[in-house]
Formats: sequence, structure tokens, C-alpha cells
Amino acid sequence: MSVRTFETWPGKALDDILYECRELLEDTSFPSVRRWREAGGKVAGHFQVYFPEEIVHAAGMLPFKVRGAPVEAMQADSRFGSYLCSILKSSLELALSRRVEFDLFVTPPICDAARNLAAVWERNCPYPCQILYLPQNANSPAAPAYLRNEYARLQRLVEEIAGRRVTADDLRGSIALFNRNRALLRELYAIKRDTPWLLTADEAYVLVALGGILPREEHNELLEAVLPQIAARPNKKQDKIRLVFEGGFCEQPPLDLIRVISRSCYVVDDDLLIGLRWILSDVALEGDPLHNLAQAYLEQSSYSPVQHDLRKPKEKMLIERIRNARAEAAILTAAKMCEPGLEEQVAYLHALDQAGIPYFISEFEEKMTTFEHLEIQLETFVENILFG
Amino acid sequence: MQEQPQQDGIVGRANREGAELFRQWFADLNRTAADGGAAAYVFVMGSLCEVLRAFDLPVVFPEINSLQMAVRRVAHEYLNVAEDYGYSPDICGYVKADIAVQLRGGEHPMGRIPKPSLAVLTNACNTYIKWAEIWERFHHIPVFTLDVPGTRAAGTQTRRGDGDFENDRAYVQAQITELIELCERVTRRKFDIDRLRETMACANEMSRAWKRILDFNKSRPSVFNALTDGTIYLGVSNGFRGTREGARYFTNLAEEMAVKAVQGIGTLTDEKYRLTFIGVPCYPIFRRFNELFMHWGGTFVHSTYLWFASGGANLGFEYDLARPLESLAEGTLIGVRGAMDNMFYPDRPVLDMIDAFHLDGVVYHPVKSCRTTSAGMADSRRTLMAARDIPSLFIESDMMDRRVVAEAQMKNRIDAFFEGLASRKRQTSPAQ
Repeated sequence: MSVRTFETWPGKALDDILYECRELLEDTSFPSVRRWREAGGKVAGHFQVYFPEEIVHAAGMLPFKVRGAPVEAMQADSRFGSYLCSILKSSLELALSRRVEFDLFVTPPICDAARNLAAVWERNCPYPCQILYLPQNANSPAAPAYLRNEYARLQRLVEEIAGRRVTADDLRGSIALFNRNRALLRELYAIKRDTPWLLTADEAYVLVALGGILPREEHNELLEAVLPQIAARPNKKQDKIRLVFEGGFCEQPPLDLIRVISRSCYVVDDDLLIGLRWILSDVALEGDPLHNLAQAYLEQSSYSPVQHDLRKPKEKMLIERIRNARAEAAILTAAKMCEPGLEEQVAYLHALDQAGIPYFISEFEEKMTTFEHLEIQLETFVENILFG
Repeated sequence: MQEQPQQDGIVGRANREGAELFRQWFADLNRTAADGGAAAYVFVMGSLCEVLRAFDLPVVFPEINSLQMAVRRVAHEYLNVAEDYGYSPDICGYVKADIAVQLRGGEHPMGRIPKPSLAVLTNACNTYIKWAEIWERFHHIPVFTLDVPGTRAAGTQTRRGDGDFENDRAYVQAQITELIELCERVTRRKFDIDRLRETMACANEMSRAWKRILDFNKSRPSVFNALTDGTIYLGVSNGFRGTREGARYFTNLAEEMAVKAVQGIGTLTDEKYRLTFIGVPCYPIFRRFNELFMHWGGTFVHSTYLWFASGGANLGFEYDLARPLESLAEGTLIGVRGAMDNMFYPDRPVLDMIDAFHLDGVVYHPVKSCRTTSAGMADSRRTLMAARDIPSLFIESDMMDRRVVAEAQMKNRIDAFFEGLASRKRQTSPAQ
């Protein structure tokens, strides 16, 4: 389907484009998705972290990354218990309040709380809601074949909802499009890493996050337009420390929190919305596309606290991320009540202690609105590194 | 009525024998630890004891160790140790109590827990995976995750012969083969498929009996308390799965329940209200919690805990010993998947339970420590209430952390619940 859902940016100057991007991202009525639906398009919501969006795209549907929102969980609150992260509630709220209308909802079993989400969603919404069982034994030689067939099952479901068959060539076309998207995101992260004074952490976040709500064709077009302009910015390097932000793999910190951090530091790498950047290199186009997607998930992928892979001990991966980004320190954060994030935080802090890498520990919630206290603490941390 | 069966030693036998088996199990673990030996660390939902017992590996269930600390009212000491190490108050209390045991060199209120030689876990609970990663870091041991795909949407369970089922089964079977190879390396012993058949045969007896035992509580009065007696049975079901002692215990238990059902021997409660319990028990005040219900003549005739914490043994799946590996994969898939269904989709089986077990009420007990069992409970309750006119009680506390257990507040809620039940009973009874 060819419909332009984000029309306000073409032809504008870079700062104005970034303003429009931010406005769109922060609009919890999701106007781009509404325009897609008004044009007759169908929408597949997928919860954090990773989802093979190519399968949904190949069927002509819009993959929508369900990642919560800073909204009051007026209806969703009564569906859950007390001791839960905010993202579960706000994500369901988007559906119950019909801020976003879906034709399908899929969640991978990333954590104990999220595993309940498909069941809760299904009891409250009239469309199919399913769990996609991504393999939790990534080290089994049987995992790629299993996952390939699990993707085939998902494809059959998507075809039923989209009302059309998906051919291998359809899938290859979508994989090529998403390969281009991932390459552009890598380019954006290279700017963050190599010349962080050209792109603030919050600007980078906005540009990445739009990929979760826009048709990928439009997202590619946007990134292709802005990346050369960002590289040509006349900004001067400042005396800021380089650090890695870790803890944004699922629930997202408020944009203002990221902006506060970028006022005192250069965030040269992070795991924010890592699902959009999960696959680290091009997915092969030759051969069976579902097998290629499965292989890429297992063999060409990043890491997160919710994927168990003996080859990727998370604390070693974090240290590698810090070293590759030439960072001096890390922010170790976790969403409130996020069990995997809080558990991983302990492994991270002990590993960073051993490696002699300074870190700043915090927790966040997507609904936070005041950051003064955190900003003062962070500034103190930074000063200790700069002058300690 | 009650004297003769008690004289021949059948009634009450299960609780006596259960306690003895527990002492024996922990004594064996103590000996293993003292001798410097190691054990396999496993979990209740998909322990794979059939395989591990075939290699004569002692098994440790850290979940059971942790709940023992709460029942013995010392959990807070252990939780503090883990929190001092860096773990948040907002994560699973079972994990933290075990971390403290590991940090204290295996010291546990029931003796010394041996170190792990390997850890085997399923994905039935995601926290199992994070927990095992901690052991991997502490002890540098092999960790084996047996990944068992669950039901994709409510009411869509696949069956043998279905393409999606066969994809899942083949994946589970391949992993079981990998686990056997790992056990061979760890124990330096050759795998003996006939020994596996023996452990599977014992597991068959236990599953067959467990299904019958649960059904006996349809009788009035109920023959066991699902919360208190049931927890003892679950301990044996897990700790002795795949053993002759376990098979004998459950065969005897089924016999005891049959005698009680036939002779109309109930639990100690003067049974006025028959309840089911959804969730994990309140171990920090385990006995007291039950007393708050007993006081009003309420007894728990069933619980979802008896389903999921038995790893789905309640389904009564029996292995085909002529094709052991294939059948073990099938049974593991069906059992663990069933356990997960009982946590994520409890509304449908609980609806079925209402009439079959003559229920007067449903008690939901979400706990801070366990998102797996608790995250969807409020919504599941809404669904139940929309479908059936049955009173329900929703009380939040914890399974480990007494800081989260507000006993006085809990008592008020329970009392109000029973007052409502009494009033309802009066209104629905024929006029006096």
C-alpha cells in the first residue's frame, strides 16, 4: 500500500525536520497510524523487544512497535496487579482507548510480566492476540529450524488477516527494505559514536523511534534526507564525557530524560529500542527468506537482558559496547519494576567494578516528569570523572 | 466413622510419609554437600528429573529451598543479604533467598545445600533463565535451557499429528538429546536408555495417581486441603519425580484419598465453604493464612498451584516406554505448556472447576515476587466474574517477603469476604 503518513517534513531545514519528528513521536494519538488506517491499511502491533517486521510488511500491513507511551492507564490499570512496570499498562491503554487500532497483536515472551500480556489483550480486544515463541535456547542446533517454522506459522496468521498470500519474493523485497533501514540506523549510530557533537542523544532517539510507527519506506526516506545534513552541521565539539546508556531495551525513558542526559554527556551508544537494531548486518536475500530471518535473529544479532545466549554473556557484551564506543563511563538504568533489567543491573555493576569503568545507577519510568534531582546527581557523577 | 481407617494407618499416612521423605531428601543433600559432591539444580515446572535420575544425579530445587526459608520465618535474613549484594527489593524473592544461600556457601535452615554441577531449566518462568545465569556467573557451571514453546493463544492448544505441534515436539526432543549428551559429559557416565525407561515408568505412576488424587477432592467433604496438604504433596511430586519412593508415595496417597472419599472423611475443617486458590501461597504466614479461612469453615478444595507447580503432572500424561525419547519430549511439551496455560489462561479451567468441585468462592492471591503468576490475575478475575456469578476475593501479598504481607488488613478482607458468602448463603437457602 502506498500512502504518505508523515507529510510535514519534506522541504524543511534540518532543525525544523527534527522538530516535526519530535512532534509526531510525542503525539499519543498516533496520527501517522490513523492516516494509514484511513487509507484502508491494516496494522499489526508487536510488543518489545524484537519482532520480524518483514513478515508483516510483506503482507502489506503496517508493523507498529508497541513500546508503551506516557499516557494515564485509565482503563488498563484495573486489568493488572500493583507490582508491574508501566509499559505493560500503557501499551494496553493504547489499545483499550483506541488511540491505536490494531488488526493483530503479537508479543514475544520476553519476561514474566509480558508473557501475560497476550492473554490479557486477548480477553479485552476482538482481534487475534498471540505469543510469538522466539527461541530461548539460542544455543541449540535445533533452534534455527524451529524458529523458521515458527515464522512460517506467523506468516500464515498474517496472511489470513491481511487477506493475501505472501510469496518468497514478497519477503525478499521486505527484507531488502529493512536491510536498508538497518544500514541507515547503523550510519546514524556511527555519527553518535564518532561525532556525537553533531547529533544529540534525544535527536538520535527521535529519528530511530519513528521507525516503529512509520511505514519503513517513509522512515528510510526521512533518514536518507537528514543523515547527510546532520553530518554537515557546523557544531563544535564540547568538553563532555562519552558514555553508554544501558537499560532501554523495553520500557522507554521519557524523551526529556534523554535530553537531560545529553546536556551533560555524549551518549555514544545505547540499547534504546534495540529491537529495531537487533540484527546487526544484512539478512541474506538468497534462499529461503524465513530461514534467513531465523538465522539472522540467532547469529547476526545484538544482546539484551531478555535473550539468553551462552555466547553473549550480557556483562561482557556491555563492556564490549563501552570499549567499541570509546566510552569512559556508563549509565546503568532499569525501568521501575522491570525484573530482567533490575537483575541484569547487578551483573553489570559487578563487571564494571572489576573492569574499573565508572557507572551511574538509576531507575526510570516512562511517566516521569521531573528530572532535576537526577540531573544534579548526574552532573556530580560527570564532575567526579572530569575533575576527580 | 473416622476411627477404623485411622487404626489401619492409612488416613494421615501421606503427611507423615511426606515429612519423612523430605527429611530424607535434605539429609541426602547434606551428605552430598559434606562430601564435596555436586547436584543438578532444577525447577518445578519441567525439572527433567526423568533424565537426571537416570544419571543418578542428586537434584536441588532452589524454589523449594526458598519457600522453606519463608515457612521457617527466616527469609528476611536471606533477602537482606541479596539486597546488600545489589539486588532490588522488586525482584523475585525466591531468587534473592537462593542468592544468599549461594553467597553463604550453601547454608540453609535445613542443612547445607550442595553446589551445582549443572543447572537445568525450562522457560516456563523467565526468571528461571535469569536465575540460572546467576549460577553460571557464581559457579561457572553448564546451564541448560530446555525451551518449551507454549500455547500461542487461548484455546489453541495443538495436538500430536498437527504440524505446529510436531515442530515444537521436534525442537524439544532435539534439546533433550543435547541434555543427555551434557549429562554424559558432566557425570562421565554413558546414557542407559533402560534406566531412563525406569524413571519414566515411576513418573507415569506418579502422574496417574496425581490426576486421581486431585479428582478425589470433588467429594464432599473434601479429602485434603489444597493449600496446606497440597503443598506437601507437591514437594514430594517434584523432589521424588522419577523415583520408586515417589511412585510408592503417590500410589499410597491415592489409596488414602480413595478411603477418605468412600468413608466421607474430610479435612479438619468443618466444611461450610468450598474455595479454590489462584496463585502461589503466602509462605511467610503459611499456617496462619489458612487459619484465616478455616476459622469461617472455608477450605481450599483446589488450586491452580497444584497444576502449574507440579509441572503439568495434573494432566496425567503417561509416557510410552516403547519410544522413550519421543514420548518424553511429547510429555514435557504437554506438561510444561499446561503449566504455563494455568498461569496465563486460568479463567477457562477455573470456570470448569466451579461446578465440578462445587465451589462457593475463588481466592486470588497475586504476589509481588512473581509476575508470571500474578501479572494477569486481575484481568482473569474480571473475565471470571463476567462469566459466572461466583464471589471472589483478591488479596495481594508475597510468597517470601513478610514486609509485603499486611496480616491485619488481610484478615479484614477475608472476614468481609466470608460475611458476604454467609449472607449469600442465607439468601439462596430455602426459607427457614
